Parts: sequence; C-alpha cells; structure tokens
Amino acid sequence: MPETGVHQDIHQEVQDDVHDVGREADGLANRRFEKVNEILEKYECDRAALISILQEVQDEYRYLPKEILTYVATALGLPPAKVYGVATFYAQFSLEPQGKYVIRACDGTACHVRGSQPVLRAICNKLKLKDGERTTRDLMFTVETVSCLGACGLAPVVMINDKIYGQMTPEKVTKVLDDIIKAERRRGEVQ
Amino acid sequence: MINGKKIIVDGQAVPLDGEENLLEVIRKAGINLPTFCYHSELSVYGACRMCLVEVEGGGLVAACSTPPRDGMVIRTNTERVRRLRRIIIELLLANHNRDCTTCEKSGACKLQDLAMQLGVREVRLGQRDVRLPVDKSSPAVVRDPNKCILCGDCVRMCEEVQGIGVLDFAFRGSRVVVTPAFNKNMAEVDCVNCGQCAAVCPTGALVVKSEVDEAWKAIHDPKKTVIAQIAPAVRVAVGEAFGMPPGEIATGKIVAALRRIGFDKVFDTCFAADLTVMEETAEFTERLAKGERLPQFTSCCPAWVKFAEQYYPGLVPNISTCRSPQQMFGSVAKKFYARSLGIKPEDLFVISVMPCTAKKFEARRPEFNTGGVRDVDLVLTTQEVTRMIKESGISFEELEVDSFDAPFGFASGAGIIFGVTGGVAEAVLRAAYEKLTGKALSDVNFVEVRGMKSLKEATVEAGGREIRLAVVNGLGAARDLLDKIMRGEASYDLVEVMACPGGCVGGGGQPVPNTREAREKRGRGLYAADKLVQLRKSQDNPVVTSLYGKWLDEPNGKEAHKALHTAYSSRRRISGEDIELTGQPGAGPGAGTAEDGRCDGRVSKVDVAVCVGTSCYLRGAYNVLQNLIDEVGRAGLSDRVNLHATFCFERCDKGPSVSVNGRVITGVTPDKAGWVVENFIRPQAAGSQSSPSSSSSVDSAMRR
Ligand code: SF4
Ligand code: SF4
Ligand code: FES
Ligand code: FES
Repeated sequence: MPETGVHQDIHQEVQDDVHDVGREADGLANRRFEKVNEILEKYECDRAALISILQEVQDEYRYLPKEILTYVATALGLPPAKVYGVATFYAQFSLEPQGKYVIRACDGTACHVRGSQPVLRAICNKLKLKDGERTTRDLMFTVETVSCLGACGLAPVVMINDKIYGQMTPEKVTKVLDDIIKAERRRGEVQ
Repeated sequence: MINGKKIIVDGQAVPLDGEENLLEVIRKAGINLPTFCYHSELSVYGACRMCLVEVEGGGLVAACSTPPRDGMVIRTNTERVRRLRRIIIELLLANHNRDCTTCEKSGACKLQDLAMQLGVREVRLGQRDVRLPVDKSSPAVVRDPNKCILCGDCVRMCEEVQGIGVLDFAFRGSRVVVTPAFNKNMAEVDCVNCGQCAAVCPTGALVVKSEVDEAWKAIHDPKKTVIAQIAPAVRVAVGEAFGMPPGEIATGKIVAALRRIGFDKVFDTCFAADLTVMEETAEFTERLAKGERLPQFTSCCPAWVKFAEQYYPGLVPNISTCRSPQQMFGSVAKKFYARSLGIKPEDLFVISVMPCTAKKFEARRPEFNTGGVRDVDLVLTTQEVTRMIKESGISFEELEVDSFDAPFGFASGAGIIFGVTGGVAEAVLRAAYEKLTGKALSDVNFVEVRGMKSLKEATVEAGGREIRLAVVNGLGAARDLLDKIMRGEASYDLVEVMACPGGCVGGGGQPVPNTREAREKRGRGLYAADKLVQLRKSQDNPVVTSLYGKWLDEPNGKEAHKALHTAYSSRRRISGEDIELTGQPGAGPGAGTAEDGRCDGRVSKVDVAVCVGTSCYLRGAYNVLQNLIDEVGRAGLSDRVNLHATFCFERCDKGPSVSVNGRVITGVTPDKAGWVVENFIRPQAAGSQSSPSSSSSVDSAMRR
C-alpha cells in the first residue's frame, strides 16, 4: 500500500511540474508577441532588415511560427511567400518548434540492445509527449531520436543540448529531466 | 540612334542600337538562342544558363545578363557551347517528371522543344525519385512541382507584373522549390487566378486547369441543352493553334467548330457585353450626377475584382456592381432563356469559352446562381477549346464559317472591343456621351484609350463637364494607380482595370506564346472587327433593347438589378492559424471538455480574437490588442478569456475588427477596448456555458 501511495505522489508531482512550466508559458505568449512588435518598431518595419528581424524573432520564440511570419510580412508589406523563402533559405532559421532543451536519444544498434527504447519511453512519459509530438507545448523540450552519437561505449546514450548522459535507465533519465525542470522553475520564480 | 557601334556574332557584324543585353543583339542577328529564364517583359534573372555564348577573350557568359560592348566577338555555336547546352537540358530532365505524353503542356513545352531541337536523345543521369504532391486546389491552374525547372519566370510574373508575389523560391540546395507561402495550396493564398504564371511557365509545372472532360460529359448527356458563349478575345487567338497568325478573326470558324462538336446553340459574349455597357453606363451617369462613389471601377475582370477585395477593401464600394458579361449572360440564360425554352435551369448547361482562367473562379462564386443552380456551369479557356477541336478531328483550316445563333448572337462593335485594354472604357464612353449630351455621337473612336501601354489617361468633354478616365492593365500597374488615388495624387471619374497585360487578349488561357507582340495583334484584330459591324454602340443593339422590353424593364432598374448586378466584400488573403496570446492554447469554447478533464475547474472561456490582417493592422490593431489585454485584466477577467490575434474576418473596410465568441465587432479603435469588455466579453463570461453566437452576426462600434 505505501508503495502505491508514493507512486501516486510522484506521479502527481510530475504532473504539477509539467503544468507549472505550461502555465509560465501562458503569460509568455503575450510577452513574446509584444516583443515581436518591439523588434518591428526597432527596425522601423524596414524590409531590408528582414533577416535581422527574423533572427530576433527566433531568439524570442526559439523558432519561427508560421503565423508570426505572416504577421511580420503584414507589417513589412511583403508577400508572405517572400518571407517564407528567406526563412527557409538560411540554415539558422527553424520553422519547426524547437525546445530550449533538445534531447537526442540514441537508438543506434548498441544503444538499442542496451535498452534505449524504455529510456525514450520514459522521456516521453515524463514530458507528456504523445505519439508524433516532438516538442512540449511550453517549448521547453524537443525530443529526437538519432542513430548514433559515437559514444557506444556508454550505451544507452542521451544527449541534451551539448551534454552527453551515458548508461541511462528510465529512472536516471527521469531524474535528469526533473532536475532541469526544477532549475527552470526556480529561474521562473526569480524572474 | 545607330552610332557606329557593333559586335561580331558568328562572324557577322551586328550594329548596336541601345540593346540592353547580348541576347537581344544575337536574336536581332537572326539567331534564336535558347532561353528559359529570359522574358523581355520581366527583369533579367540569369539563372538557367541556356543562353551561354563564348566571348573572345572573355570565356563563357550568359547572353541575357551581359551588356553588349562595342567590338565584342561572340560565338554562339562552338563545340563547347553546344555540349554545355545539352548537359544543362540533361540535368533539367533528370530532375523532371518526364511523363510528357500525358502532360497538359505537351506540344507547347519549351523544355520538350529544346530537348528536341538540341538533339538530346538520352539522359545519362538517374531519375530523381522524390515526388512532391501536385496542387490541384486552384480553380484556375494546376501546379506540379515535379516539373519545375526553377527558372523563376512565374515568380517574377506574379510579383513584377501582377504586383502580388504568390509564388517564390523556398528552401535551398537540392530542396529548392517554387511555392506559395508555407507550402500552402494555391487556393489558400492570395492568388487571383489570372493564369499569367502558367502563361510564362516553360514546362508543365504550371498549367491551366482543364475541364475538357466535364464539357464532353455535358455534351453527351441527352438530358442537357448545352449552349456556348464565346468571349471576344477568343476569336482573334483560337486560330493560332491551327496556323493562323495572331489577330486574324476566326469568329465564323469557331462557331462552326463548336456546332460540330455538339453544342446546341452558340452565342456571343459580346452581346452580354452590350448589356453590361447599358447597365454600367446607367450606373456611371447616376453616380456622376450624385457625385458619389467616384471613380467608378469596371467590374468585368474577376482577377481584378478579387485583387481589390483582398487589397483595397476601401475601394470595393467604388467597383461597379455590374456582373461581368460572362455572368450577365449566364444569368439571362438561366433566368429567362431556359424559361423561354420550357426547360429547367439545371437542364440548360452554359459553357463559356474564355481567354481567361479567372473566369473559372468567377463562375464558381456562390452569388452567381439561379435558384441554387450555377449560372455558368463550366468555363473553357481558348487552350481547352482548341484541344476539343483537335480531339474531335475537325480540320479547323478547312471549316466553312458559320454565324451565331439568335437571339444572343448579335453584338455591337462596342461589345467586341471588351476583349482588349481600353475597350470597356471606350464602349461605356460611346454610351455615356450620348446619355449625358442627348446628342448622337458621330465619331465613336476614342483612340486615346487604345494601345498596349499599361496606363492610359484621357479626358472627354460631355454634356458640359469633363470625364476623366484612366485605363490600366496588369495588376502591378493597377496597384501603383490605386495607391496614387488613395493618396489623393490622382483623381478620375471612371477607371477600367484588366488584370492581364493587354487586357483579355493576353489572358492566362490564351494560346502560348502569349507575347506582347501576339497581344498587340490580337487587339488590333478586335478593333478591325469593331469596324466591320454596322452598329458600333451598345445602345443601338436591337436585341438588347428587346430584352429590356421583355424581361429587364430599364437599365439599372429593379429587375435589371436582380439579374445583372451583384455585391462585393472584402476577402481574406491567406489561410492560417491564429497567434495565441493569453489563455490555454486551443481551449476555446467547446474545447473545455477535451483533454484530461482534471479538476482545475475548467469552465469554457470567452474566445476573443483581434484581427491583425493588413487592413486592421494599418488601423492600429496592435494597440487594440494591448488595450484589450489591459482592460480584461482590469475587469478581473484575465483567466476567463482566451485572447488571440488572427488574420482577417473579411470586414477589412470597417476594421479594426474583433471577435468575441465568434461574433465580429467592427470599428474597434483602441479607445473602444473597454467598451468591448463591458458589452461583449463580460456578458459572455457571465453566461459562459451558452454557445457562441453565429459567426455571421456583426456589430459595429462605429455608431458609438
Ligand atoms: S494565377 Fe496570377 S495571381 Fe495566381 S500565382 Fe499565377 S500569376 Fe500570381
Ligand atoms: S513553375 Fe514553371 S515558371 Fe515557375 S519556376 Fe518552375 S518552371 Fe519556371
Ligand atoms: S536565359 Fe540567360 S540565363 Fe536563363
Ligand atoms: S484585415 Fe480583414 S478584417 Fe481585419
């Protein structure tokens, strides 16, 4: 019985964490949009500054949402197709949501035989990502699988941004993510 | 202007005469250098490399983007140049879906032509295996990116000539595509269906959407009476596919051909154009007298109308409410002609033969119907009707000419010139002059408004006042003119707009090549046809007069209005999602029960959307948004509201627009934010469970 209780508690806590991050994103949406308008103002809606504008917008959103690109096109008086062309031409821009933390879970042969699948499932559970979803709604995490990170000796391997985490288990990876979420929450409170 | 400067092309001296690039000089020398991305009417792009030539001491250059210098020695046919040309074609073909036999462009394709001309008999590279989806969403054109050679002709046509920019290059390297914004379908963006992109596309990547099969089906259906109307510009172009020069009048032959194909009756859209002149003139003189809604814009061109609806909502009330000749014909046919035949409107099948792809869109506009039945059932372009003639094996060259059927086969010269830039204005002038002065007009030729220039202006004295006219063709030129009008730098009484360069004679459905030269000749053909008829003025057309006597009463009267006029509204440019600002994304009304249903006291929230589309944006929508956020907060409703920014409620002329649970409120200037919160958001928040009111309801803050 106590066991179950603990489990439920953990579960509850996990849910709360994810929710907190989500809620923080609520106010963010508007702040971000305000920022877009500041950026546009700063460049005086100058078409020649399109690339710089897109760079700053991407810094804000961590990617270039379509509807924001349409908005930028509107403000600059450019055809949306032109803005889309520029945004897809430069490798630095991403039109897909990218989390602040990009998690690359290796599923190469070595990692696979050593249990990378359960690790990946644990990550998705922890982040409440459903099938086919790559990025959490709050844009905190993006999960990708890769076929080899060149660290087979440490299999199964997970890479989060530039950091390698070796010999992962579902429990260990959950702990790593917990720590990140906690750190983010603290930063949120400080702000 | 010859100044003694010259270059040597393949050993032959060619004088320079102000040409801007080598290509023009080389072509002047009688050498038909192959090109894909060069069009004399568009900016020079210089990307396809087909026009490579060797310059002595200068190596290989692209002729289209190299200015000629005195004394240059050019060779166009060296071993190296010829080898390179073939390789370029081979490379293009390797990336190209080569289903030539079943391609809509087959026979008119530049890639196919050049491959043949340059003797490419083998492609030594593998076939690209990625297949991108074909976009058939547009009523006007079909886009098959697998056949695109990235010449950019369509991009520059749409942007430079039409002033829109629907298509552009996206991505890089091997993934480059020419596409509408966000890879959307053509029907989801601001394309006005003019078809000019398809007219310049050298391959089958952009083609006119064919409705030939539907036409055959109707013709073979014994229950249907199938009638045709033929637009003016078709008669001076349809012969081109059968070896006749552009501009030669083939009216009698096309009538004969359609009859052989199986049409029950063949009528003339020029007749309907006469009807349009009567209506438009009555409307115009009325507006002149009252001094309201001037300038009056013509409404015959559906690409222009859609353009105005999208970009100039403020000028929409100035567009003549007259339906276009095509739609007037359809309406008269379905409402009156069917009755006179004793058949139901749905058993009368109206097929238009048009130079225009946008007419396909126009015929589908929901407002043009009779008791729920489309007024014009099908639109075939000149290209499609040519295919039908060929398919039925009719030898066009040898056809005996035939004449139109009564009653809608009789037209005045004014109706005939509708097909060329300036023609509508001139036709209306011929009628308005007599109406305003009460005198007969002796010289009906208003030559000032003729010709292929993109903008023509004229002033005509009539009845003690001056009528100021502008005639513009090409939507880019129209945009410049409209901006001038909006800024108060120009003012007119009547403005004729045709979207296609040269007017309908240069329509997107006309035979290719659709060059300036061809358009000019077709236009001259129409003026010649105008001279050939006895009656030059629409008001003299006895069939038109009898139509009013029998069914329509008087021009611009009540009956005529019901059958021959319409209304326009502003139109959204691009489909897409909203920008979420506050509240849980996606948790709008109705979405409250979804998700996990946990106990966070979910009550459905009030959905508030602020339009940030161009018109509203320019009227300060962003400040409206900020004020709304503040006011909602002040009212303590922050957690009861989902706020997002959206693109266009199609009320652009009355913006800024805001919607509260689906109900659109217009005229919401930033200072009205508090008013919106108290009168719309708070009541909705109080009775939150109620379903959103219908989206058709509109309120205006203007009155406050
Ligand atoms: S049909 Fe006309 S408006 Fe549409 S993409 Fe082509 S050129 Fe542009
Ligand atoms: S669609 Fe046609 S005109 Fe446009 S870039 Fe491709 S090949 Fe050229
Ligand atoms: S025609 Fe000169 S580069 Fe294309
Ligand atoms: S731009 Fe169309 S309603 Fe706002």
